[in-house]
Amino acid sequence: MFGSSQVLETVEMVEKEHLDIRTVTMGISLLSCVRGDAAGTAEAVYDRVMRKAARLVPVTEQLSREYGIPIVNKRVSVTPVSLVTAAFPEESALVGRALDRAAKELGIDFLGGYSALVHKGTADYEEIFLGTIPEVLASTERLCASVNVGSSRSGINIDAVRRMGEVVKETAARTAAQDGLGCAKLVVFCNAVEDNPFMAGAFHGVGEADTVINVGVSGPGVVSHVLSFAQDADLTEAAELIKRTAFKITRAGQLVAREASKRLGARFGIVDLSLAPTPARGDSVARILEELGLEVVGCHGTTAALAMLNDAVKKGGVMASSRVGGLSGAFIPVSEDIGMIEAAEAGKITIEKLEAMTCVCSVGLDMIAIPGDTPASTISAIIADEAAIGMVNNKTTAVRVIPAPGKGVGDKVTFGGLLGEAPVMPVHPGDASKFIGRGGSIPAPIHSFKN
Amino acid sequence: MRAVVTVTGTDRRGVIAKVSGFLFEKNVNIEDVSQTILGEQFAMIMMVDGSESEVEFSALADGLEQLGKQIGMTIRLQHADIFDAMHTV
Repeated sequence: MFGSSQVLETVEMVEKEHLDIRTVTMGISLLSCVRGDAAGTAEAVYDRVMRKAARLVPVTEQLSREYGIPIVNKRVSVTPVSLVTAAFPEESALVGRALDRAAKELGIDFLGGYSALVHKGTADYEEIFLGTIPEVLASTERLCASVNVGSSRSGINIDAVRRMGEVVKETAARTAAQDGLGCAKLVVFCNAVEDNPFMAGAFHGVGEADTVINVGVSGPGVVSHVLSFAQDADLTEAAELIKRTAFKITRAGQLVAREASKRLGARFGIVDLSLAPTPARGDSVARILEELGLEVVGCHGTTAALAMLNDAVKKGGVMASSRVGGLSGAFIPVSEDIGMIEAAEAGKITIEKLEAMTCVCSVGLDMIAIPGDTPASTISAIIADEAAIGMVNNKTTAVRVIPAPGKGVGDKVTFGGLLGEAPVMPVHPGDASKFIGRGGSIPAPIHSFKN
Repeated sequence: MRAVVTVTGTDRRGVIAKVSGFLFEKNVNIEDVSQTILGEQFAMIMMVDGSESEVEFSALADGLEQLGKQIGMTIRLQHADIFDAMHTV
C-alpha cells in the first residue's frame, strides 16, 4: 500500500518533471490485406487500420484521464509495406498514401511501417520499393519509413546501404522546402526490432500477433531530478537511484499497456523502457549525463556515463514489467533534446562522439542535421559504420540523418514539435565512395554462429 | 473504484469542507485524509471509494477540477492503481 508521500511523488513527477507515457502504439498485421491489385490492397489496408485502431485515441485519452498521466502520442505500426505490395511494388505509394489518410482520420501523429527488411539481400520487388520512399515521404505527412540493412546473424547488405545513401539524399531534395523534413521520417537500421513502439522506426513484425499494444515510456526529467538530490552519491549509488526511478516509470507504462490492450481487445505486446527526450526544457537525456558530473554532454566521460545510465534503466525496467522489448535504453537524438542541441550549437559534441555513444545506448545516430552537399556515398558510409556497431555488438543501431538542402555548418534546421531543431553538424570530408561502391555484403561476424 | 484526490495550493479556510461536501453529494466515500506541506504549498490527500457513486470517473474528475478553480486550488482525481503500480514491488 502506498502512502501520501508516494502520491505526491507521482504528482510531482507528472507536473514538474515531465513524466509521461511517450506512446501507445498499436501494431496491426496487414498480411490479410493483400489483394490482386494495388488499388484493392490500398483500400483493404485503409479499412483494416481504420477498423482496428478506431478506438485507439479515445481509449488512451480515457486512460490518461483516469491515471492522471499524460499519454503524449497514439500511434500505429503496420507490417512492412514492401511485403504487402510485393506483387506490384511500383504502386506501393498507393498503400503508403492510404495509410497516411488513415493516420489523419484516426487523429494519430505518426504511422510507421513503410518499411523493407533487406539485411541479407534485396529482392527485386524490394529494390523497386526502396525507390518509392522519397516520393512517398514527400507526399505524405504522418507516414514513417524504415529499412533494415544489416543484422548480427546475416551481416550488412552494402548494396542496400549504398542505395539508402541515395534514398536519404533524394528524400531531402524532395522535401527541401521544409529543410529535408522527409528524412526525419526515415530510419536505416541494423538489427531492427519487430515490436518497437517509437517512431520513425516502428513496424509490426511478421512474427507478431494480429494486433498488439506496445507502450513506450519516458521520463528523462524524472531521472535528472532524482540525481540532482544526490550530488555526493558515488556512481554505484547513482546507478541504484536510476534503477529505482526506471522501475517506477516502467510500472506506469506497464499499467497503461495492460489496460489499453484489455480495452482495445488487442494483445499486450511489450513495454519499451526507453528514456526518450523531447526538446522541452527539463526533458533531456543530455542533462542526466551532465547531472552525473560532466560539464557538457560530448566531453570525455560521456560514453561511460551513458553506458551506466542505459544499463541502469534496463535493470530497473526489466524488474517492473512482465514483457520488455522494443529498443529499451536511452535515446540520444540531437534535435529532440535541448541539452544535445545546445552542446551541438557550441561545437561541444561531434558526430564522431555521438557514434561512440551509440555503442552503449539503445539506438544510433538520430536526428542529426548534416550539410546538404554531403555526398550520398558519405551518408552510406555513416550508415555502414553504425550498422557495423550494431552487427558486432548484437544491438539495434540506426541512422536518421538529415542532409539539409542548401545548408551548411553554422546553419540550423527547424522541424518543430517533437522533432525539434538542430544545428548542421560537420561530417568528415574524406571520400568513402570506393569502399561503398564495392557493393556486396560484409559477412556476419564469427560470433553470429551460435546454432 | 478506489481513487486518490490530491488538493494542492495555498492553504485557505474551508478547503476540506468544500471538497468533502462535493464528494458527499456525488456519493463518494472518503476513507482516509492526510495533509502535508509540499514545498511551500499545502497538500491534502484523500483516499476515496467511488463504487457507490453513479457519476462517471471523468465527470467526477472534471467536477473536482472545476471546484479547484473556484477555490483557487489544484484538485486531481486519479485511479489508485497508478500509485499501487509505481510504488509497490
